[in-house]
Amino acid sequence: MMKETRREDLRLIWTLTAREIRDVLRDWRLVTPILLLTLLFPIVANLVAQATFRFFQRYGGHIIAERTVPFLLMVVGFFPITFSLVIALESFVGEKERKSLEPLLATPLSDTQLYVGKILSSLIPPLAASYLGMASYLIGLYLTRRWAPSLELLAQMFALTTAEALVMVSGAVVVSSQTTSIRAANLLASFIILPMAFLVQAESFLMLWGQYTSLWWLLAFLLVSDVLLIRMGLRLFNREELLSREIDRIQIRRVWETFRRHFAWEWWLFGRKRQAVPRALRWTGWLAGFYLREAPAILRRSSPAMLVVLAGVVGAGVLGWSIASRFPITLSFDEPGRAFFGGITPTFILGNNLRALSVGAILGTLSFGSLAVTPLLITLALAVYVGLQILWSGYSPWVVLALVGPHGILEIPAAFLWCAAAVRLGASFITPSPGMTVGEAWLQALADFLKTALFIVLPALAIAALIEARITPGVAMWVFWAYGR
Amino acid sequence: MIEAHGLTKRFDNLVAVDDLSLTVAAGEVLALLGPNGAGKTTTVRMLAAILRPSKGRAIVAGHDVLTEPAAVRRKIGLLTEYPGLYRRMYGGEYLDFFGRLYGLDAETRQRRARRLLEQFGMPEAWDRRIGEYSKGMQQKLALARAMLHDPPVLLLDEPTSAMDPYSAKLVRDAILSLRNMRRAIVVCTHNLAEAELLADRIAIIRRGRLVAIGTPAELKRELVGPPLMELHLKNGVGRAYSLVSQLAHIVATDGNRIWYETETPETTNPLILRALVAADVEVITLARSEWSLEDVYLRIVGSTQ
Repeated sequence: MMKETRREDLRLIWTLTAREIRDVLRDWRLVTPILLLTLLFPIVANLVAQATFRFFQRYGGHIIAERTVPFLLMVVGFFPITFSLVIALESFVGEKERKSLEPLLATPLSDTQLYVGKILSSLIPPLAASYLGMASYLIGLYLTRRWAPSLELLAQMFALTTAEALVMVSGAVVVSSQTTSIRAANLLASFIILPMAFLVQAESFLMLWGQYTSLWWLLAFLLVSDVLLIRMGLRLFNREELLSREIDRIQIRRVWETFRRHFAWEWWLFGRKRQAVPRALRWTGWLAGFYLREAPAILRRSSPAMLVVLAGVVGAGVLGWSIASRFPITLSFDEPGRAFFGGITPTFILGNNLRALSVGAILGTLSFGSLAVTPLLITLALAVYVGLQILWSGYSPWVVLALVGPHGILEIPAAFLWCAAAVRLGASFITPSPGMTVGEAWLQALADFLKTALFIVLPALAIAALIEARITPGVAMWVFWAYGR
Repeated sequence: MIEAHGLTKRFDNLVAVDDLSLTVAAGEVLALLGPNGAGKTTTVRMLAAILRPSKGRAIVAGHDVLTEPAAVRRKIGLLTEYPGLYRRMYGGEYLDFFGRLYGLDAETRQRRARRLLEQFGMPEAWDRRIGEYSKGMQQKLALARAMLHDPPVLLLDEPTSAMDPYSAKLVRDAILSLRNMRRAIVVCTHNLAEAELLADRIAIIRRGRLVAIGTPAELKRELVGPPLMELHLKNGVGRAYSLVSQLAHIVATDGNRIWYETETPETTNPLILRALVAADVEVITLARSEWSLEDVYLRIVGSTQ
């Protein structure tokens, strides 16, 4: 029974995919460049590869020829898949614009079947062209130069090409869901094209430097991006979202009202009525309302993100320990206060912390939350590294504690909460919030982030900076003289 | 066949459909009327299980739109506001594609698709690219798509828009024959004459709320007033006026004509005629002067503006 249902699912998906592929193959504007890139470009690349071989053989630069040939394989594979973005935008937002999507939505197809069918139809023609191009390039090289890539390189090229195409297509779905016209979708597609351009540059750099093992890391990054974008696409590509957004219009007033609604919190003072509190003391209700009721609610909403940050913190600790074991150094200092805190002011510390955390928040927003913890993790890994080196240099653990503890007791939890709020801010695009649109979920996360930043993190960091500049050096000095080595 | 109770749909702060309840029986055509943006399309989309109601529920062909949306979609034929066709496909190929999505076997797909194209007077459309069709042909192809899987419920948004009178008649005949085959049909239209011609009942929506529902005759009686009679006389209204006013309520006069309202035309009209003949007033015709559905519609929509 289940097998039959699955077969029926696949049949419906394939019906949709086959129709769309047929449609693509009837569009000469797409077919002509795909054919050119599939048939002609591999021949050109092949000729370039042979010329490179000949040229560098003559002058003894074998290594350049060895690196250029695989690099051209990557280029031959990449060019045709750039069309997957165009096809996907056409398939998702083009249908919406031409009003041909609603008849499909009225069929028994599920949202997932529609999504998968369209993703496949956007992937298959350019990927087929890409594989064919790479195959003809390799066959040509084998016939003329007897050159064949290693199995690892071959697997990397095919896997990277496939993962890149999937990123573009699943990214196109996300872009399409935010627009109702091809024109707007093309503008938003820059958010896919630019990161992809950087990625290909990174790939080229690694290949020309012969760092082929690092390509696996690139592949892992692409696969994680695929999972995130597909998850987000599945969330956005549903009948409700598609039919609720019929005009692209910036509604600043509505955005502001939604934000304000999520930013506001209730006045509360241990159950007292507002009118019963003297006017001069009513502000205490806002404070109590925030710190005793709103802040715990924010923490509850952010608890999954806090778990993510916690996992990162553990990872940073392990990383710091691992680096410390691999690169030990012997530290020797007479005055830890001057060695670690010489000449720094509270403003400098606060500014520095805020700058690092802000970079994290920006990275988090651009990476669906995944990079929000980067600055915190780097700092923590570094702190663990230095702490261990101090310990392993023979100093007392109390010295390490005295160097971090006085201000760290506020600074670390504050940074932790900031990072959790930033993770949530980025992840709100891909994590379902029942009963909320993506925009509203993001505005709620933004409101929570700002409340956390303004009323919890900022005061805590300011006090921590003051302690770090004024108290920690003294404490560290005292502990050092008291316990020392 | 269709039962909707308290259907409500909100889009953020906008209430598109507000607490709408209606029923459509098998073999009944319900026309959904209302100004642009009244909520007709949203209502149809909820009944077609494309949009989830924010509140309320609807049972369509025995399935709940909230809990069994796929089953509902299998049982309905939806003609959308815009035909929304694939212009690079051929007519036959297009119908075949949708037939596959509805799980029809190849033979049934072929047979039904060809029969529908013939019924709508365009058998040649089978192997012509849709991009070459006229607007009317596109609309008819979209209607054929909605009817292809022989659904017990049809939801038709402007079924005859962009059609020439002959094609519109073919489509109306098709709808009436479906009604005779016990299909439940909801037609959204701005064409009031067509609504009156097709519909067993009319529902008027305004700002998302159902403001009136009933047969055309019921709506006219309830919303516009009692039947209106037109008396055409040979020599002016002079003497007739006082006689008629004793028996009915005169609404207007004009030259040789008197319009009067009566709740009981079957008893009042013979009395009036007898009185006029007795008074030697020469009568050319006495006829019922119908309120049009347009009068009803404008009165309702106007009063709620």
